[in-house]
Amino acid sequence: SSWWSHVEMGPPDPILGVTEAFKRDTNSKKMNLGVGAYRDDNGKPYVLNCVRKAEAMIASKKMDKEYLPIGGLADFTRASAELALGENSEVIKSGRYITVQGISGTGSLRIGANFLQRFFKASRDVYLPKPSWGNHTPIFRDAGMQLQAYRYYDPKTCSLDFSGAMDDISKIPEKSIILLHACAHNPTGVDPRQEQWKELAAVVKKRNLLVYFDMAYQGFASGDINRDAWAVRHFIEQGINIVLSQSFAKNMGLYGERAGAFTVICKDAEEAKRVESQLKILIRPMYSNPPVNGARIASMILNTPDLRKEWLVEVKGMADRIISMRNQLVSNLKKEGSSHNWQHITDQIGMFCFTGLKPEQVERLMKEFSVYMTKDGRISVAGVSSGNVGYLAHAIHQVTK
Amino acid sequence: AYRTDEGQPWVLPVVKKVEQMIANDSSLNHEYLPILGLPEFRANASRIALGDDSPAIKENRIGSVQSLGGTGALRIGAEFLRRWYNGNNNTATPVYISAPSWENHNSVFVDAGFKDIRTYHYWDAAKRGLDLQGLLNDLENAPEFSIFILHACAHNPTGTDPSPDQWKQIAAVMKRRCLFPFFDSAYQGFASGSLDKDAWAVRYFVSEGFELFCAQSFSKNFGLYNERVGNLTVVGKDADNVQRVLSQMEKIVRTTWSNPPSQGARIVATTLSSPQLFDEWKGNVKTMADRVLLMRKELRSRLEALGTPGTWNHITEQIGMFSFTGLNPKQVEYMIKEKHIYLLASGRINMCGLTTKNLDYVAKSIHEAVTKIQ
Repeated sequence: SSWWSHVEMGPPDPILGVTEAFKRDTNSKKMNLGVGAYRDDNGKPYVLNCVRKAEAMIASKKMDKEYLPIGGLADFTRASAELALGENSEVIKSGRYITVQGISGTGSLRIGANFLQRFFKASRDVYLPKPSWGNHTPIFRDAGMQLQAYRYYDPKTCSLDFSGAMDDISKIPEKSIILLHACAHNPTGVDPRQEQWKELAAVVKKRNLLVYFDMAYQGFASGDINRDAWAVRHFIEQGINIVLSQSFAKNMGLYGERAGAFTVICKDAEEAKRVESQLKILIRPMYSNPPVNGARIASMILNTPDLRKEWLVEVKGMADRIISMRNQLVSNLKKEGSSHNWQHITDQIGMFCFTGLKPEQVERLMKEFSVYMTKDGRISVAGVSSGNVGYLAHAIHQVTK
Repeated sequence: AYRTDEGQPWVLPVVKKVEQMIANDSSLNHEYLPILGLPEFRANASRIALGDDSPAIKENRIGSVQSLGGTGALRIGAEFLRRWYNGNNNTATPVYISAPSWENHNSVFVDAGFKDIRTYHYWDAAKRGLDLQGLLNDLENAPEFSIFILHACAHNPTGTDPSPDQWKQIAAVMKRRCLFPFFDSAYQGFASGSLDKDAWAVRYFVSEGFELFCAQSFSKNFGLYNERVGNLTVVGKDADNVQRVLSQMEKIVRTTWSNPPSQGARIVATTLSSPQLFDEWKGNVKTMADRVLLMRKELRSRLEALGTPGTWNHITEQIGMFSFTGLNPKQVEYMIKEKHIYLLASGRINMCGLTTKNLDYVAKSIHEAVTKIQ
């Protein structure tokens, strides 16, 4: 007999299921709109030029492979914080923050979740928007926290349920933790406008909530890194000491290199030092110290003026292609003769789009047109190209007319 | 970390070669790896630990989880055991760690949620060797199903490993008492210079029919420290059990780091799957192991030539990167303050810090410390 006889088979990953079905499909027109990674207009993965250049520069330096410090590559963490907060941030100048390198967005979120579990004694409750990224819930749960929700997405309008959100958030018990997507909400693509962010900041401050920002798409959403970080910076300016998780998977295309960062904004530099020491104590028994490759590439790009300029152009290029596909999808739907309101497709932002399609319609898209997306009607706009947007519009029209 | 005779870090020549190959391969990108890691890495890494002719591999009852270094492999294994071993979520299962051990072992299992962490006798300070009887007694008295963290080779920090015969005795008790072996293998190849020799204990346990975990690190034997290349090898009773175990490992990985970093895994996979590169790597590993062995030999002979009080055979009998010299805290303080030689209060030295240039100085300093300070 085995120690593992009673171990249950884990449930199949829903998104993986989509990709598996896609792979088996022999239709030449098939489209995989479940993919969570950027694709160029030929449907291929895109390695940024600035990344290739940074890699060449790194190779020429012939560096050793000695362990990084537990908190990661200092040039990287400093540059990450500056990218998020802005170089002129009072927080950066006063040093009242600590940024540690994390294993991309997930690892950074998990470090933060563990840190809150250990040191934020006021509450175990983390409030997520409804819906949120599927992995948020298990991350916080495994860290020992409890999950609650606030209204966010309005399926009737395919946009933000702002009054519902404000209503729910105004009732969250004081000193709870609230998680906010900084930009390009995953999975809906629905972001608050700046005026709405201002009201959210005010209510969050009034309720004395601990704000946890997840920023996985800075630059990738609007094409402008400052615009995408506006909410984060506004909250800080309002005196809210946030915690922040960053990912460089999408905006630098560094997916498999796992470059990310976790930041805690503190009262002062002295508090930041104490927080840092505790973060290191959390990290060491997880994986000792972080992987160097992604952090070196990101650091080289952020800290080399020419590369940084090139990066800003490239990330805008990716964002612009996504926006262009949204526009083309809507105009093609109109051309098909669809009478539905598809404005949410262009109102939404980032990699994902909540189409509003129902499960039966999603099923038909899969069976009749070989168009694959998750059951909730979420599509990855990154999987759309000028070559197939017409086909997609046609298929969507057929199942919705 | 390993140092050359010039006291410098060493990027293995085979690693430089493979990195160049990777850089020149324009078909490669930075896409996500699967949750459990790069398939070619996983299979090759486990094969290295278990051996090409492993019955477990032939019977398709092994699994692998690419992890962030040896630490990451230990942590994922610990998290899995806490959830699924000895009942569900049984945090009361005792976890036994050698006295002494790598300090982080304790933290890994505490943070994974285990509530009862104990030590097992290991180092006999008086005789400067393995306290086998103490170890066996602890195995006999441990509650059934207890988890034992075993160092596969080159015990950290003592450098003292059980002999094959002693491993057989350990395995016999563990089997009879239903104790779970969790191997930590951070120095395969680096210890003796031979991959097979350094994996003997793990393979013996497999041949004895144990289900076990083995946390592997490629930090030292590939010199890939900061790329965080590790692998958790799972050996189970049959393929079905292993499949279910891996499906639950995926869930744990997904909330810890989602998927592992690709660079280091690519280097190792490319090297291990090419016969020529594999041979080159084995040569590089032997270079490192041989230098450490040479330093051990040279240090011991100098101490014996100086007539330094005490016996010094443990320097060459111990194996791996570290040596428990037997220096007491006061003598260590003397070494640090007066001789500017840095070692731990436990008397542990990193043999990699020795070079042909500093051997004389270190030997003389140890001699002074031992003769001047009691």
